[in-house]
Amino acid sequence: MIQLPKDILGLKELSAEQIQHILDTAVVCKDIFKRDLKKIPTLRGKTVVTLFFEPSTRTRTSFEIAGKWMSADVVNLTVSSSSVAKGESFVDTGRTLEAMGVDVIIIRHSLAGTPKLLADTVSAHVINAGDGAHEHPTQGLLDLYTIREKMGRIAGLKVAIVGDILHSRVAKSNIYGLLKMGAEVTVVGPPTLMPRGIEQLGVRVEHSLDAVLNQVDVVNILRIQLERQQRGYFPTKKEYSKLFGVNMERLSKAGNDVLIMHPGPANLGVEIAEEVSVHPQSVITEQVTNGVAVRMALLYLLTGGGSKDEILH
Amino acid sequence: MKYCIKNGKIIDPAGGYVGVGDILIDNGIIAAIDGEISADDAEIISAEGKMVFPGLIDLHTHLREPGREDEETIATGTKAALKGGFTAVACMANTQPVADNGVVISFILEKARKEAYTKVYPLGAITKGLKGEELAEMGDMVASGAYGFSDDGNTLMNASVLRLAIEYASMFDRPLMLHQEDVNLAGNGVMHEGYWSTVLGLPGIPDIAEAAIIARDLTIAEFTGFPVHCCHVSTKKGVELIRVAKARGVRVTAEATPHHLTLTDAMIETFDTVYRVSPPLRSEEDVEALRQGVQDGTIDVIATDHAPHSLEEKHREFSLAPNGMIGLETALAVIWTEMVCTGILTPEQLVERMSVNPARILKVAGGRLRPGDPADVVIFNPDKQWTVRSEELVSKSKNSPFIGKKLNGRVESVWVDGMLKYCNENFT
Repeated sequence: MIQLPKDILGLKELSAEQIQHILDTAVVCKDIFKRDLKKIPTLRGKTVVTLFFEPSTRTRTSFEIAGKWMSADVVNLTVSSSSVAKGESFVDTGRTLEAMGVDVIIIRHSLAGTPKLLADTVSAHVINAGDGAHEHPTQGLLDLYTIREKMGRIAGLKVAIVGDILHSRVAKSNIYGLLKMGAEVTVVGPPTLMPRGIEQLGVRVEHSLDAVLNQVDVVNILRIQLERQQRGYFPTKKEYSKLFGVNMERLSKAGNDVLIMHPGPANLGVEIAEEVSVHPQSVITEQVTNGVAVRMALLYLLTGGGSKDEILH
Repeated sequence: MKYCIKNGKIIDPAGGYVGVGDILIDNGIIAAIDGEISADDAEIISAEGKMVFPGLIDLHTHLREPGREDEETIATGTKAALKGGFTAVACMANTQPVADNGVVISFILEKARKEAYTKVYPLGAITKGLKGEELAEMGDMVASGAYGFSDDGNTLMNASVLRLAIEYASMFDRPLMLHQEDVNLAGNGVMHEGYWSTVLGLPGIPDIAEAAIIARDLTIAEFTGFPVHCCHVSTKKGVELIRVAKARGVRVTAEATPHHLTLTDAMIETFDTVYRVSPPLRSEEDVEALRQGVQDGTIDVIATDHAPHSLEEKHREFSLAPNGMIGLETALAVIWTEMVCTGILTPEQLVERMSVNPARILKVAGGRLRPGDPADVVIFNPDKQWTVRSEELVSKSKNSPFIGKKLNGRVESVWVDGMLKYCNENFT
């Protein structure tokens, strides 16, 4: 019997067995997409709160649907950054939710480490839905799920993660997950957007996308935050796109069965051309679907679910 | 009151006495120091098997008064200092209001006269409001009793202001203590930039933020010919720059803190804000270089940067928590445990770094036990083991990174100006 920790704060602290277990459970959850009536009673009576300190529609909606399809009561809480500025205590917010009998808190925050602070404060399960440049474990899991589903395996694959590695929690969770599952990872981007010591995580660092493209099985393209340009990390959007954007010309030079991924929302025409995003080799929409399945699996496993065979019954 | 401390191992490198002997304290001063002193009318205090130091002097303390008396006061901060073996502390200017004028300096001294357990040497701001723009009234502050100048946690980013400050301060023959961190390179960083900042996703402060400013400041100091003091050096690059400058004859002194000498950025793994401090805890390589710097004298002083913060302020998001940790009650035992017991420093070197050199830099009496010197004396039991416990700390704040840690060596008795102020866990 594979146990998960109380909280899912990052893929760094999960073992390959635990990750495998979550992915296997998600396979069963994904079955529900084929149903006409997408509702199962598994989490009836459980309360799930999404606590978002940063705007997000995709991740929050994905969690919300995951909870609702499993019959949990899902409450969405958006805390404006202004209330943080006003001095509203973060730990107090956590304790308040705890006192309301919440079972799972899903948190997104712009500051790294806040899910850990919440997890140390409350006895409810905490799922990190992205914290600063730290981790975004459910994105990492859904990316692993998508790769495994499409390629039939993860071990031995070569994966490139392209873009702003410095500020990317998605990159970090992907790196931990992929390495644990036996893939090789190359991170690609300008030196200004490479965090120090990243190679010590076990990845290869490259600054030329063209040198990498035809050597990999999967290309995961990160969203480039446009305000990074103003901070001087790269000169212009146009130049970024020229050096690191995946367009049809680049795609044609890559392997025929290379998988194109993007965590969304994409800046079409900047880091990825629209044609590429809807190309048959792109699995961007499947990533979104798989996100719901993976999050269902996590909610199920964290709230005491055991065998995956019991989910649908 | 007359005291005779008998048979202690006296460590007085400045006075030239290192060995077992007796010390006679009378009328506030050291009356005699010798192999054996007979004084029938004195209270005899046995220091058999223990060590006797000149009182420690902390070059870098935040007493928080006036302004943040909820975190520390002159009374509680100096009480913590006394318990840690300090007989004097130099307190930083970042009070509210800022100690950038004679009135605030006078207030601190007046409060200290009434309430302090140790001597208090107030430091005035270099610039008005610690803003790094216009020079503060240094002359007025010296007249009111300031012992030195520092803009504390703020770097003088304008190199011209720094040059003028060094030149102007030279009239008063008081140390200029510089915080050295380039604010642009530090950016919104909250910890050392390196492997751990990458793992944790916290914005990093690169070591070059410190080194670049140290290099600049040393160049300017050399140009003026006047001395500067580098506060809480934290990087290998910084130590190397200071070492080279000293060899070249630049008049520079430097300090390092017990936490930078013993803790690394890896401690932040759990996002525990007790480890958030400025400058940030650095890598193991930096710690190693700092220790070598203290050993070879590149770093003259071990100073605490005792920075009290309330529990509420610290118990929050790492990036929003204030910088700083307390250190007065643990500094001596931490350095004893981590640097003397491990053979990096001799007891004499420890006394030089924590008593002799701070006195020299502040140009105050102390750091020595010659007849006629003020009787600031500590009896230290090197064999006593103890565990740091939050509830036993007398500082008003409890933000110590050493809570739960087992340390060797404990202060037993402390005299300030010949008055026995602390003895066997009791304040007298």
